Amino acid sequence: MSLFPLQLRDVTFRPNGRAVLDGVDLTLSGEGITVVLGPNGAGKSVLLRTLCGLIPPTGGTLDWGGGAFDPLAVGMVFQHPVMLRSSVIDNIALGLVPRGVGARERRLAGMAMLQQIGLADRANDNARQLSGGEQQRLALGRVWLTRPRLLLLDEPTSSLDPSAVEAVERIVRQIRTEGTKILMTTHNLGQATRLADDIVFLADGRVREHVPVRRFFSQPASAEARQFIQGELPWHLAF
Amino acid sequence: MGGFSQAFAEAFVLLWRFDAQVLEIVLRSLQVSSLAVLIGTAVGLPLGACLAVGQFPGKQTAAVIINGFMGLPSVVVGVVVYLALSRSGPMGEFGLLYTPSAMVIAQVVLVVPLMAAIARQVVEDAWRNYQEELAALRFGWWDTVRVLLHDCRFSLSVAVLAGLGRAMSEVGAVMIVGGNIDRATRVMTTAIALETSKGDLPLAIALGIVLLVLILLLNAGAFALRTTVMRRFE
Ligand SMILES: Nc1ncnc2c1ncn2[C@@H]1O[C@H](COP(=O)(O)OP(=O)(O)OP(=O)(O)O)[C@@H](O)[C@H]1O
Ligand SMILES: [Mg+2]
Repeated sequence: MSLFPLQLRDVTFRPNGRAVLDGVDLTLSGEGITVVLGPNGAGKSVLLRTLCGLIPPTGGTLDWGGGAFDPLAVGMVFQHPVMLRSSVIDNIALGLVPRGVGARERRLAGMAMLQQIGLADRANDNARQLSGGEQQRLALGRVWLTRPRLLLLDEPTSSLDPSAVEAVERIVRQIRTEGTKILMTTHNLGQATRLADDIVFLADGRVREHVPVRRFFSQPASAEARQFIQGELPWHLAF
Repeated sequence: MGGFSQAFAEAFVLLWRFDAQVLEIVLRSLQVSSLAVLIGTAVGLPLGACLAVGQFPGKQTAAVIINGFMGLPSVVVGVVVYLALSRSGPMGEFGLLYTPSAMVIAQVVLVVPLMAAIARQVVEDAWRNYQEELAALRFGWWDTVRVLLHDCRFSLSVAVLAGLGRAMSEVGAVMIVGGNIDRATRVMTTAIALETSKGDLPLAIALGIVLLVLILLLNAGAFALRTTVMRRFE
């Protein structure tokens, strides 16, 4: 059963009265990378957590391609992924534990994934001693290993240097090529132009725009989006 | 004064010679308490972890009860287990009263709340940290408990040592359910109490020294764990 098209209709999240998501309407197809942009506090992380099933919305409906929500088909990488007090190999294979995969197969699958993300030589190191970029790659590989149909990434490169950002983006592209739908947030507009097929612009808990990436940057429809782009990209004015 | 120093001197002679009586009592103590802590570990740690992770009505109450039981006077445990094991009690038919098994049971009752309470605290702290990540990877509660127990293994081994310390040093419960029978149920603490009251100070002092050293070793072990092994995975 496909999860797509995933349709959100009038989804709200109002913990104690204040609207964090204020009627989100959004339709996502099953292909490509959709990047959610928006100012701090717009509700981007809450939107991703809602789709992951971690936050129950207070109103509205989520329609998963006409079927039921399948938690095993949806994965998420957090802005600050946590590592168990254990080895890199244990951490990468963690998602296979609740899927009933035995210890031996977990090791094999984990090793293969470490190869893929370039951490094979660190397999037996303490995962908490990896650099921020390596931990973020590990977190991506950990979710990738569970073969999600929809992958949610919350600012996966927010505190990484350019070469670590590039490594993460390479992995994200690979995951996409395998046919996983990716919905991610970022404050790095360069990254949005590099990765996105389409942009969702969120402000004050509402979707203001959902357009192909080129159109968003060349002719943003709303005043908020224009302001946002100029604010985030001061040098944009010079062109 | 002369009596005291003479008693100490005789105590050291007993220890120096590996006195058979001292050795027998020490070994029995270790056997009973290790077995109790082994069972306590298998029950108490998962119990504490379940209390930390589980979402069920009465969770707070259960935590309060476990914490309260942590400081349970050992004589009270002794009386309760005595009543359960005595002829007319619910477990009377097994004839366990005044056997080492009875002492193990009493010590299990003593250490399980202690170990569960420590485990609950330790696991809950870790869980707060991992909750979202594990939920997103679709961990059920039982897998969560297993992963967290493994993740907290170093802190939890401190709980095990604490349980062993409590089991070895308590006197009230084993005295009541074991009966302090020579060559059968006499352990370090009950022997010390008896020999002191009888005036056989050398034996009491020798056993006291052994007990003290063991407790110090346990604490040193816990300290070493905290400072060396745990650091590797921080
Ligand atoms: N579980 C929650 N319960 C209640 N309020 C929440 C919860 N999570 C987030 N919020 C609130 O929702 C608002 C939006 O937060 P969110 O983290 O989604 O913003 P964001 O768009 O991701 O911002 P940033 O760009 O800074 O990451 C914030 O005011 C936050 O305090
Ligand atoms: Mg956010």
